[in-house]
This record gives sequence, C-alpha cells and structure tokens, in this order.
Amino acid sequence: MAAVTPLLLLLLLSSAPSFSSGSRNAYNINGRVKIPQGLGLGTKGYALPGRMSNVKVLLNGGQNITFLRPDGYFSFHNIPAGTHLIEVSAIGYFFSPVRVDVSARNPGKVQAALTENRKGLSELVLEPLREEQYYEIREPFSIMSLLKSPMGLMVGFMLAVAFLMPKLVENMDPEEMRRAQEEMRSQGVPSLSSLLPGGARN
Amino acid sequence: MAIMSFIFVFFFFSSLQPILSLYEDQVGLMDWHQQYIGKVKQAVFHTHKTGRKRVVASTEQNIIATLDLRSGEIFWRHVLGPNDVVDGIDIALGKYVITLSSGGSILRAWNLPDGQMVWESSLHGPKHSKSLLLTTNLIIEKDNSLIVFSNGRLNAVSCIDGEVLWKKDFEEESLEVQQVIQPPGSDFIYVVGFAASSQFETYKINAKNGELLKHESTAFSGRFSGEVSLVSSETVAALDSTGSILLTISFHNGKISSQQTPVSNLLEDSPGLAVIIHSSVTGIFAIKTDAATIFIRVIGEGKLEVVEKTNHETVVSDALTISEGQQAFALVQHAGSNIHLTVKPAHDWDSNLLKESIKMDQQRGFVHKVFINNYIRTDRSHGFRALIVMEDHSLLLLQQGAIVWSREDGLASIIDVTTSELPVEKAGVSVAKVELNLFEWLKGHVLKLKGTLMLATPEDIAAIQYMRLKSSEKSKMTRDHNGFRKLLIALTRAGKLFALHTGDGRIVWSHLLQSLHKSESCRQPIGLNLHQWQVPHHHALDENPSVLVVGRCGPSSDALGVLSLVDSYTGKEFSSLRLVHSVAQVIPLPYTDSTEQRLHLLIDADKHAHLYPKTPEAIDIFQSEFSNVYWYSVDDDNGIIKGYALKTKCSGNVADEFCFDSRELWSIVLPSESEKIITTATRKLNEAVHTQAKLIADQDVMYKYISSNLLFVATVAPKASGEIGSVTPEESWLVVYLIDTVTGRVLHRMTHHGSQGPVQAVLSENWVVYHYFNLRAHRYEMSVIEIYDQSRADNKDVWKLVVGNHNLTSPVSSYSRAEVITKSQSYFFTHSLKAIAVTLTVKGITSKQLLIGTIGDQVLALDKRFLDPRRSVNPTQAEREEGIIPLTDSLPIIPQSYITHSLRVEGLQSIITVAAKLESTTLVFAHGLDLFFTHYAPSRTYDSLTEDFSYALLLITIVALVAAIFVTWILSQRKELQDRWR
Repeated sequence: MAAVTPLLLLLLLSSAPSFSSGSRNAYNINGRVKIPQGLGLGTKGYALPGRMSNVKVLLNGGQNITFLRPDGYFSFHNIPAGTHLIEVSAIGYFFSPVRVDVSARNPGKVQAALTENRKGLSELVLEPLREEQYYEIREPFSIMSLLKSPMGLMVGFMLAVAFLMPKLVENMDPEEMRRAQEEMRSQGVPSLSSLLPGGARN
Repeated sequence: MAIMSFIFVFFFFSSLQPILSLYEDQVGLMDWHQQYIGKVKQAVFHTHKTGRKRVVASTEQNIIATLDLRSGEIFWRHVLGPNDVVDGIDIALGKYVITLSSGGSILRAWNLPDGQMVWESSLHGPKHSKSLLLTTNLIIEKDNSLIVFSNGRLNAVSCIDGEVLWKKDFEEESLEVQQVIQPPGSDFIYVVGFAASSQFETYKINAKNGELLKHESTAFSGRFSGEVSLVSSETVAALDSTGSILLTISFHNGKISSQQTPVSNLLEDSPGLAVIIHSSVTGIFAIKTDAATIFIRVIGEGKLEVVEKTNHETVVSDALTISEGQQAFALVQHAGSNIHLTVKPAHDWDSNLLKESIKMDQQRGFVHKVFINNYIRTDRSHGFRALIVMEDHSLLLLQQGAIVWSREDGLASIIDVTTSELPVEKAGVSVAKVELNLFEWLKGHVLKLKGTLMLATPEDIAAIQYMRLKSSEKSKMTRDHNGFRKLLIALTRAGKLFALHTGDGRIVWSHLLQSLHKSESCRQPIGLNLHQWQVPHHHALDENPSVLVVGRCGPSSDALGVLSLVDSYTGKEFSSLRLVHSVAQVIPLPYTDSTEQRLHLLIDADKHAHLYPKTPEAIDIFQSEFSNVYWYSVDDDNGIIKGYALKTKCSGNVADEFCFDSRELWSIVLPSESEKIITTATRKLNEAVHTQAKLIADQDVMYKYISSNLLFVATVAPKASGEIGSVTPEESWLVVYLIDTVTGRVLHRMTHHGSQGPVQAVLSENWVVYHYFNLRAHRYEMSVIEIYDQSRADNKDVWKLVVGNHNLTSPVSSYSRAEVITKSQSYFFTHSLKAIAVTLTVKGITSKQLLIGTIGDQVLALDKRFLDPRRSVNPTQAEREEGIIPLTDSLPIIPQSYITHSLRVEGLQSIITVAAKLESTTLVFAHGLDLFFTHYAPSRTYDSLTEDFSYALLLITIVALVAAIFVTWILSQRKELQDRWR
C-alpha cells in the first residue's frame, strides 16, 4: 500500500493553483473546507455561517492556525517547502488530517492526501469524513423497554407464576394429581403451628 | 434471600444497558466549563450603534474576543496560533473587527456580531519593524481604507475586502519608524521615525496613492531612546538615551523644529532614569521614573510645564474624543483599599469631568491598564465607563462609582493545580430541614418518574432539569462520602492562588501571594509549582490542610527561591519565606511529622539538598531515612541524566543542619550528535496499584514490574527536533528509554526509525503510552510498552508455593537487578495531541482509560485495552474471553467517549486526574484558557447507583409486588375454601 500511494498521488496531480509562490522560498497553501449540511441524510447544502466561524485549520500540530472565510476558503502564508500536515478542528465533524507536499522545484503543484484512508486529493478541498454525535440518544419510551427493565421482568415473572402455574396444575392427570396430594398428606403439610414449639406438643 | 437475588438480578440487568457516555440532558450535572480570555492587552469599545454594546479585546494569550458590555459575557472569541501575537486591533466601518498580528504580517477582519472571519491578507515587507495599525475614514477609490505600517512597508488596505490599495517601502536600513499620523481632516500621512538613533525623519505621504510628498530630517546630538509620545498631530515628545533630556519636535508642514529641555529643569530633584509612557492625549505626555509619574504639558512652541507629579501607582488611558475637538482621558490612582478614577479633559488639567472612588479588593493588586468609553446621560451630560485590567489579570468594568462586572481572567494561565479536602461535616442537622428535604425528595422523584414514563409536560421537564443542575448537594462546603467535593487549588501566572469548588466551579477564595509580588529584592517573581504541605487525617484533624507554593525570583534556574504556605480552607498565607538558595527541583518525601506536615527536599542549582520544614523533628525523621533518598536530574540541553543520593551535611561556611551535600551515583550521557531529549515521564507518586500479577489467557501469570523509580525518556535526532515536515524520514528517529532512577539501569531501549516528536507520554503501573509522528506513514502513532518482571515468573508453580520455595516475600529493590521483559505495540492515531493523562482511582482496581487532549481542544477517553501489546489479528477463544480486542492498525475514535462532549477547552494545556473516594470514579480537571471539570467512571459506576436511577420506579415495583402477594394470597384462600366446601 505504501508503495502504491505515491503513484496514486502522481496520477491525481492537477494544475489547480492551490499553491502559489510567495517571496523568499516561502509558499502559500490555499484550500477550502466544505461542510455539507445533513451529511448522513444525503441532502447537500452547506453549513450555516454561525457554525463555520468556529472552524479552525491547523498546520503541523498547531504551529500555524487559520480560520475560514465565509465561503470556506482558508490560506496559510509563508510556509517553507516540505511535507506538512493540515488538520481541521470543527465541533461535530470528523476530518481526516491531510498530508500536503509543498514542492520547491515546481511551485503550483498540488500534492495532498488524506492520511486516514490514503485517498489523494486533486484539489485541497476538505470535507468531513463523518458527523460526530457526542451524546447518547435517549431511546423513546416504549412498552417493550419497560417490560425489558428489571422491574418489568419481575412483574412478568410473577404474573406467569400466578396465572400459568394453576393452568399447568389443571392440565395434570387427575390420577397423578390425587397421588401427589395423598403423598403430601401422608407427609403432613408443614403448618405454621407445627413449627412453633408449643404447637409440636398437640 | 429474595431481596438479595432481586438486587442481584436488578444489577445484572441494569449493567447490560450501555450507559458509557452522556445523554444530552445530563450536561452540567457532573461537569462544569468556564471560559476565559486572559490578560487584556488592548480594548476597543463598540457602543455607538443601538443594540448590544460590546467591547472588543485582544489579550496576551493571543485571543481576540468580544464581550457583552452589560455582563462581561463572551459573545465570540478566537484563539490565534502561538506565534500569531496580536499587534493591534480596531473596529472599521462599525461592523468589522480588524486585527493585525504575527509581527504585522497578517491582517484579518472579523464580523463584529458573530465572529466570522471576513477577509485575511498577508502583508510582507523588506525588513522587520514595529507594526502600527491606523484606521482612517479616508476614502480611496470608493473604499474606506486602513493604513498599516509593518515590516518596513506602509500599506493602505481596503476595509471591504482586505485588498492592498497601495504600498510604499521604507527600506533604509537604520530607519526605525515610531509613529504613523494622519492629521484629522487631511489627506496626507506623516511617517515619523529615527534613523541611526540620532536623526529625526519625517515623511509626508499622500494618503490617496502613497506618493511621497516631502521628506525632512534633522540630526540630533544625542541618541533617541524608547518610544515617542504624540503630543499633537504635528508634535511629538521624546527622551534621549540617557533619559535626562526631553525633546519636543514639531514638524508642521514638514518643517522640523525641535526644542530640548533637560528633565532636571522641570523637577527640583534628579529623578533618575525616566521613560515615556505611551499615550495619545493632546498637549500632555507623561514620563515615569522609579519613584514617580510626572505629567507634563506642552505650552506653545516647545515650552514645557509640569502639571502633576504623583508618587502613587498611576495608570493613564488613551485619549477619547468625546465631542467635536474635545478629548478626555482617564487616570487611575491607588489610595489604600480604594482606587480613584478621574476623567479629565485634555485641554484643562485642573478640571475633572468625573471623579470617583471605588473600593477595590486588595487581592486584585494594582491597576495595570485602563480603557475608557463615554455615553450620553439622559440629561445630555457625558458619562464615562472604564474597563480596568488588574495585576491578577482580572478585568473589571467601572461605571457610576461601582463595579458593574468582573472577570477572573487570571484563570486563563494556570501554572499548577493541586487538590484539597473540604472540612468534615459537623453533627447536628435540624429536623425541619430533613422533613422539607424528604418532601422535596419525594416530589423530585415523582417528577423524575413522570419523566421516565414520558408523561411529563415541558414545564415538568424544565423543573426536573433545574432540580438536577441546582442540586445543593454537589456544591456544599463539606466533605462527602464519595469524595466528589474537593477544592481545586490553582496557581496562576499572575501569582494568584485560586480555590475552586469541584461541585460547581465557583471561586471559594483567591489570594494574591505576597511572596510572588514584585519587590526590590525580587524583581521578576514567577510561580513554579504547588505541593500539598499538610494533609491532616490522623493526628492533626483540627488543623487546616495547607499547600506549599514554590517560586523563584527570575526566569533563570539559579535565581533565589521563594516559598509560601497557604491555608487551603481560608486562603490565608500564614508563612512566606525568601530563600537564600535557588530551587531547581522540589521532592515531596513520603514522610510526615507529628502534625502531618510533609517533608520536602528542595534541590538547588548547585545540587545541595535543603530540607523543609526546618524543625528538629523533621531532621530526626529524615536522618533515619537518610540513605533511602535518591533523585535524578535531566539536563535536556546536554543530554545528560544523572542520579544522586545524599552524602553529608553541607560543608559550606554557615552551619546549616538542614542542608545536605549530594553525591552523584550514576549518569547516562546521550550522544549529542544523534539524540536530543524532548520528553520525560514518570509515574504519579500517589498512584495505587491493586495487583502485581496479571492473569493471562491460558491460566498463566505475568508479574508486572512495578517500580516508582521508573523514568521514561524520549529522544529524537537533533535535526528532527523542529516542526513536522522539516526533515526526511531517513534522517530522523525517535529513541525511547525506560530507566531505573535509583541505579541508572536502562531497562529498555527502543528506536522508532523515521519518527519524530513532539512526544506526549504517560507512565502508569507497568506501562507507558506515548504519542509521536511517523514520517514514513505521515500519520501520528501511539505506542505502548509494558514491562514485566521475569524473575518472579517462576512463582506460578503451585508446588514451589506450597513448599515455600518462592521469592514473593523478598523485598522489591532496585538493586536486585530484576530480569525484565517488555512487550510493545504501535497503532495509528488520527489527531495531534496537546496533553495525555490516565484515569486515577483510589485503589487502582478499576480498569484504566487514557485521557487524550486532542488538537481540537477536546478530551477523548480511550480504553487502555486498545493499547494492549497482546492484541493480535486473530485472538484465540481464551484471549477473547479475557477481553483482548482484535488488532487494528489504528485506534478508534468514538465520538461518545469525548468526555468534554460538545465543548472545547480552548488552549488546552494539561489534564489532571484525581481519585474520588468511590473506587469507580476519577475526577478530571482539564485546563488551558478554559477550565473543564467532570466526573468520569472508566468502567461505569459499578459501586453506586447512577444519578438517573429511578427510586420511584423501584418503590412502585415493590408496592406492586406486595399488593400482588396480598391479592394472590386472598385469592388462594378463597379458592381453598371453595375446595373444602366442594
């Protein structure tokens, strides 16, 4: 895989002017963050500006920080040639860090790849891989959940004992039933009085 | 028995419910979050328009924020990068906040209402220089424009889109531009500066196109120093480098004329070295000497007159234009516990527009900065409000002689945190209170039941939420059984100590430390760290616990140290010491004296050890443990790690029986051409380990190598110590060591080729987890090393145990040269890290989770089981039962396990974990610019009922069961009777 990646990147290179040369061997990295609205739902709109204002773009682990313009574009200025890492911090979205190669030899070349899935990017357009839901979702009330709760199970068990057991007893063979009852009578039903010391004498 | 089995069944089922993380309505129950901005550097008011009145502030922590002027709440805020220092801010067009940052090379505009960045421009120039931002109402090509001087270039920038309209370079090597002035109503700009420190230069420039209209210069016999103060739009005042001659230079119409006045002419006594205070009040400027602040008025052609000389601490605001041609400025002076705020018109020193005296908390120190703003009262007179920044970095708004609001922004720069227990609850609670509580309790539970059964109305839900959040239980000032209520004691950079209640985050007390106060003998005091000095629990319960604050008088490590002892219940500083030695290291010893004061060893820069407290009792205790004291030092610059032990009493000239000489036991010298130390990590001193042995799948036992003397050291190739992307994988490597700090033995060494820092590491029990950057994969990686004691491995033979032929009872010593084996594994991790910590529980039984502070300022909890070196792609059935997760190449990020949920702890610096008394729970405190606190149960709260446990449902079930028993009993009786009649 590691060997394939550079090839993949070379194929995806385009001449999009994402990198423009600046002064003194320092380059600018320009890119764009796109946050589709309702990512999971398949509706493609774009996030509200209020939410966009809290998005940060970080270069090399926070060494440079920049912010998004209303249209989602961002730029880093005065970046030396080399391989860099861009991360996007946005609450509610998971972005893959992006490896960006700024070439000193041929400025104006894009070499960017998502590090999470090694996908090459022809343009520096960053989109979230997924939305992040920070809270557990409370399951709506249902009879099943109440029944499944320990209390529900207990009540259910009790009802089963109270109503099904007599049914089972009824379904027994009358002969067998009588035999069992006689057996019990011969053994003597342990009554409360027989358990008491005074009752034992009677 | 039935109840027992019932409870068992209940817990069995309840534990099946996945309640690993929070529900949205649980936010704020266990956690609190506070936002700060730091010490304000510059503030601009926005009060002209109707609507919400705001103040825009930039701070020393590189934050740009807008606050509500009524309440001090933050509307929005942006944290700029660590090198992106804000040089100037202003408001343009009444709707954009303009910031100039990064040494004048980045100009940004932010939308005032919501903080959205509107445009950003990068300004470059030929050389480094002072950066100046000037907003004008000049209209160039239909655009309102800004004038920015930075990096030796003057730029006119459009306010609308940030486009540079024209630029003009000032390339002269020696030219130092001091001021850029636009005389009101004119369409030209003066650029004023010094060339070669002795020439005064003025450039008159056409503001429409940047064309140079006139250039004049005059030589001056002396040399200029420091800043210039603008006296009028065509006059400046400056001081020469000796600080004894004042110059007033006017450049009316580009013609320079100057006047020299010796400072001694103005003042009878020689004031010593003076500096000009930067201010922009017309006709008046101020100079400051060691003892006094002197206000000087310029009358006519360069004539000077002293208007006031004060010996008090005085702060002046910038000038504020209150009406056409009229300026005002504010003065703040201290007088005892009050501060005097005076607003004067610029043209008349003797009259006051406003004079107020406000009582100020002594714990806030001196006023450092003042910003004023005016408003029109109903009777059409001018009212003033002042924003003041205090010595403890707090921000206050003064209006009509009172403090309208205050913000404790000192908490944005916490240096160190420790905790303290609260007082024990005294007996005797009134019955009436209990009865009320019982009723409330029942009512609460009925409401909760309604909530559970989804029968609650929206008002009920609101009432439930309010009840849960405002539970008085969590913010009481006494100890609780679970150990959730504690005091967090935080030392801030301003030298102030804060005690925060863990229940709701309120400030219980705050104290500006005397020992960290600037004084003659201690010019630049800085706080270093906090230690628990006295934690009474057995002998001295009537004593209050106290904390030790260690500081030093200057940034270098050989500066003299200062100590303070502070009572953690009241915040009183009961002892403050100036030391005669420096403080390089503080070692809390595991010994306490009869009053439960912990013995501390302070190591100075000359490697002498000093014992505190200085009592004969302490020395007695210490003498008996003399030979057991070891410590180490890490010299990052030279790559040397050394171990020390105590030798004898100090052989110095003074007989000090609390001072000891040290001897070097061992040293590890790393080759400086190939390795540079970047990170070290040790175990927490108070960490408890429950078991030494680890049972593994096939009924085998592995013994953990648990030593409190374990040190983790990470080194990188010197070339690769810079930022990511500066080196190729071939020339960078990361080497990690595990070292025993008593003997200096390297227990383990491992090299990661093609990797580089920054490294974040955490060491706990017998494992270390560290995070670094893998250049080959161009991804972050996390590695784990677990270390096991092989010499104890034979003990698993039962027969040996029976015969008594085992070494389990032999003492564990660093000198026994245990045979160790290590296991290691690496995984990819998506994010950069700012901090890493591990959960800490009181007995160490609960399984551990890593707390990872990501680059997005969130704290992620990651189960340690994901970092288990025994993970494999296809674990055997036995291993699966043991809980080993199949190996994946990267660590999962589960959004629900962010313990900060949807909040950010901006500028995250460190994560502190404290054990609660309840074994399942860790208290987590993350701080940076923001503070965040929560309770976290790594294996869920298995030892107590959760907060959302429904007692009412339990009661109802029990009642229903009892009723059912009776009903069935009656039914069975009746049936029996019928049977008998039959």
